Amino acid sequence: MTVREIQAGTITDVVERLCIEANERLPEDVKGAIRACRACEDWPVAQDVLDKIVENYEIAEAQEVPVCQDTGMACVFLEIGQDAHIAGGDLREAVDEGVRRGYDKGYLRKSIVKDPLRRGNTGDNTPAMLYTEIVPGEQIKVTVAPKGFGSENMSAIRMFKPSAGLQGIKDFILETVETAGPNPCPPMVVGVGIGGTFDKAALLAKKALLRPLDARNPDPFYADLEREMLEKINRLGIGPQGFGGRTTALGLNVETMPTHIAGMPCAINISCHVTRHKTEVI
Amino acid sequence: MERHITLPLTEELARTLHAGDTVYLTGTVYTSRDAGHKRMCEALARGETLPFDPKDATIYYVGPSPAKPGQVIGSAGPTTSGRMDAYAPTMMSVGARGMIGKGARLPEVVEAMKKYSGVYFGAIGGAGALLSKRIKEAELIAYEDLGAEALRRLYVEEMPLVVVIDCEGNDLYETGRAAYLKQREEK
Repeated sequence: MTVREIQAGTITDVVERLCIEANERLPEDVKGAIRACRACEDWPVAQDVLDKIVENYEIAEAQEVPVCQDTGMACVFLEIGQDAHIAGGDLREAVDEGVRRGYDKGYLRKSIVKDPLRRGNTGDNTPAMLYTEIVPGEQIKVTVAPKGFGSENMSAIRMFKPSAGLQGIKDFILETVETAGPNPCPPMVVGVGIGGTFDKAALLAKKALLRPLDARNPDPFYADLEREMLEKINRLGIGPQGFGGRTTALGLNVETMPTHIAGMPCAINISCHVTRHKTEVI
Repeated sequence: MERHITLPLTEELARTLHAGDTVYLTGTVYTSRDAGHKRMCEALARGETLPFDPKDATIYYVGPSPAKPGQVIGSAGPTTSGRMDAYAPTMMSVGARGMIGKGARLPEVVEAMKKYSGVYFGAIGGAGALLSKRIKEAELIAYEDLGAEALRRLYVEEMPLVVVIDCEGNDLYETGRAAYLKQREEK
């Protein structure tokens, strides 16, 4: 068996680049969803807001400036092939150094405080929220997803009794979007995680935000749930920025995993029209 | 209704603005968010003056990204206003009248707006690149140690906003949605 060596410095370089690119360029699927929603929006105020949102990401791309000033907490997902060996440095430090350099060179906002209660900006946007997963193979897949907190703050988690069933989940999704209202910069993107444990449900919800908005869950049962809930959300009338209109959400993705006989955890991670993520494979 | 207005936001001018109006704002605004508001309110509690004259002033809830060389300012869209609800009535009590942000406000803020003729403008959340183009001058005036949260004086030209809550307490988040839903029912 051979082991492929990957330098820690390479990971740093990739993270640095992805931090900048993710903040300046929206993913194609998000841009496509915004344009599609603009095409079927019939409320004048909402049309105007969506036009400005399109103009905004076009300016960001053309002038290489962040789409949004909240350049987020750097959520970094690493899928590490089990036959890859990271040499020449500490992985955690390699990722944080990438974030540090990316946020400095990209003129991105440093939004991280070193203590949740005592606050105090770390000054370099570290630490990254780092998730690692060991997978087959010898490559490392790096995804950087800068997450803004206007929307993060409107997220929710609940430990359901299994008897709450599908209806319980549906009601929770609508309730969470309703409570979020105009705060998370609608149109939103809704990530739903169901199953696992308390913590896994939240991670599933965050990972749901990484899936392209035009790709439905491969399980037809959940694909139907995604379609149904997106339609219901877009009948609430909250609209872009909460000024009223059809376009309250651009997309809704559901991710699930097995859970305990006694439970049905559900987490909802709210994101905005600036749902950013960029991936590179080393 | 579309309005092009020039600051300062006098009581007389504030009274002509109504929830739902599209406003293009020109003039001087001050930036502040969580930490800056906390400091300003603590200063007022100690009987000190603020780093700027609050009379008829408009405060933009924003923490911009750093300016690249040659830029006036980085990306500069609004942050969620609700986090400033604890401080907004105090700021209005010393004369500040305009607030620019995004998201819902608490009833006590709306009450203070009625009392002091305040106006709450919504800027498009997430449109930081677009909004930065309407900012023509930016100058740091206080609390430099707060980084993105420092107090800045900005000169804005034709900044696109919407009146979300007017000084009579009308709230576009309620009326806009209700009007849209009513129109949909009637279709």
